[in-house]
Amino acid sequence: MRPPPIEPPIVAPPVIVEEAPPPVPPGGPGKIAWARRRRSLSRSWRVYRKNVMGMAGLLTLILFIAVALFAPLLADREALKVTCECNGPPLSPPSIDFPFGTDNYGRSVLALTIWGSRISLLVGLLATSVAMLIGAVIGLVAGYFGRWSETLLMRITDWFLVIPFLPLAIVLASVLGGGLFVIIMVIGVTSWPSTARIVRAQVLSVKTRPYVERGRALGATNWHTMTRHILPNVGPLIFANTILTVAIAILSETTLSFLGLGDPLSISWGTILEFAFGGGAMGGGQWWWIIPPGLAIVFVVLAFTMCGFALDEILNPRLRER
Amino acid sequence: MRRYFLGKVLQAFLTLVFVLLFNFVLFRVMPGDPATLLLRGTSNFNPDTVEQVRADLGLDKPLPQQFLTYVADTATLNFGESFFLRGRPAREVIVDRIGPTLLLVGTSTIVSAIVGLIIGIYGGWRRGSAFDVGSLGFTLFVYAMPEFWFGMLVLMAFGAGVGPFPALFPTGGYDTPAADLTGFAHAIDVLNHMVMPFFVLTVAYLGEYAIIMRSSLLDILGDDFVQTARAKGVREKQVLWQHAVPNALLPTLTLTLLSLGYVFSGAITVEWVFSWPGLGWLTVQAVEAKDFALLQGLFLLFSVAVIVANVVADLLYAYLDPRVRAA
Repeated sequence: MRPPPIEPPIVAPPVIVEEAPPPVPPGGPGKIAWARRRRSLSRSWRVYRKNVMGMAGLLTLILFIAVALFAPLLADREALKVTCECNGPPLSPPSIDFPFGTDNYGRSVLALTIWGSRISLLVGLLATSVAMLIGAVIGLVAGYFGRWSETLLMRITDWFLVIPFLPLAIVLASVLGGGLFVIIMVIGVTSWPSTARIVRAQVLSVKTRPYVERGRALGATNWHTMTRHILPNVGPLIFANTILTVAIAILSETTLSFLGLGDPLSISWGTILEFAFGGGAMGGGQWWWIIPPGLAIVFVVLAFTMCGFALDEILNPRLRER
Repeated sequence: MRRYFLGKVLQAFLTLVFVLLFNFVLFRVMPGDPATLLLRGTSNFNPDTVEQVRADLGLDKPLPQQFLTYVADTATLNFGESFFLRGRPAREVIVDRIGPTLLLVGTSTIVSAIVGLIIGIYGGWRRGSAFDVGSLGFTLFVYAMPEFWFGMLVLMAFGAGVGPFPALFPTGGYDTPAADLTGFAHAIDVLNHMVMPFFVLTVAYLGEYAIIMRSSLLDILGDDFVQTARAKGVREKQVLWQHAVPNALLPTLTLTLLSLGYVFSGAITVEWVFSWPGLGWLTVQAVEAKDFALLQGLFLLFSVAVIVANVVADLLYAYLDPRVRAA
């Protein structure tokens, strides 16, 4: 367990540089709003494209997602089975047939790593979605309604922030019995608090803006104000936060799987490392069994982190080069 | 100041109550009755003995009463009996393992804080230099890698010895059990066993400190008083070490204090990889054996350590930075 994760800095929404007002498109206010959002998005993309780190991260991500999606084309699923006839001799070093060598059952480590990307990415993304949902709802409600709901929700958030993350996840996963679904829920349920705090802080600032007041004066309900005025303004922030959370979620999945709390039947990068550890790959010097899944984790986490930092830099004017 | 102090302590106390409640509820709603778990696989597994054990564990009483018993037990540091080390009180098992963990994680936390700080200062000061870019890249890489994976690689290279790497250090454990060393020779033996896990943890923690120090130094360097110092003609070295660094140290200091709260729970996977007989390895053993009494005790200890560190960090922060108190 590393020390407490660095809380991503509070991100302000993109500064809207006043441009000459574009011709009002025909259609209702919804259309105008969407046109404005599209413009803002393409402006952000233009800035993002110039960010070397962000683009490197994005390309790496696309590569890994492609590998995960096209896994069946890249490696036969049969190769994951211990009994597959396609398996080579156990623990053989890299060769032409087995570019990353084989594990103790003779399975191709390359095939394992390719298929492992599916579970690792899936768990990372699903767990993050759970965390984002919880964090966004709690942050929105606490920030928007204030008073006792804020006090209560922020207390709970603080509790989750203080409690050491990995032991909590380990305890939850081992009590609930492990497995893929449990792991996703456990990571989701333990990694939302920083999102909730950031969202709440942003909601607090957005809800005092004049247009929210104007909307209210015109009779907007709480639901309308929250979903139409507050949420779109907090959205970019939640997105930037999501990217950084995926990286942490993937690392957590790896750790929990390594501790044997994952699903032994679905291969992820964490379970490959667990097998390698249990199979004595270090003592036997089978480096080809350890390095590929580990490097895959490093690259994916790195890619998510770089994208997250780049987004942060764009969305947070405070961080731009002084 | 007093109000602030009391507020923080009260907050910590509430958090602690939450932990106790969580611990209590979680280990009672879990699937599988503890009594059944305890007896399964033993020869006297039948309904009568299960009832007997349930009564012994107090599981037949109403929940509020169970909770009070649990709190009272916890207050007297009675965590129940460990399942997998049958018959030994969980507290004793835990206390045995504290020393090695403190030694390993404590030293690596302190060393990584100091080294990380220095890297962060030089990187921030020469922003964009080769050193800065290199150390940032390194930090990002370390942040992205699971510590146990790095541990496995180090263990393979320098413990087992692969290819060009010599097997320099013992592959695991705390000391050489058969050697029966005492005094200085024993200390050397322990240090020899500690080198690899210490190195792995230090490298794994470094990055966090370097990043925080770098960004807080960059923040400070943009402040007006730094410009004033320069305008006065203060030497660059002095600007850095006397004006910027002391002010930029605050966040890093807090991080260090907070990390000290993680001393107990910080090295779960790395301890396991190097069979270091500390609390981390014990946690893994408890998970594998489904030893919930032990796990409960460990979780409580880990949480209390972090809560205490948080309070200390808050108070120190308020002491060092009066603005926090006023807020």
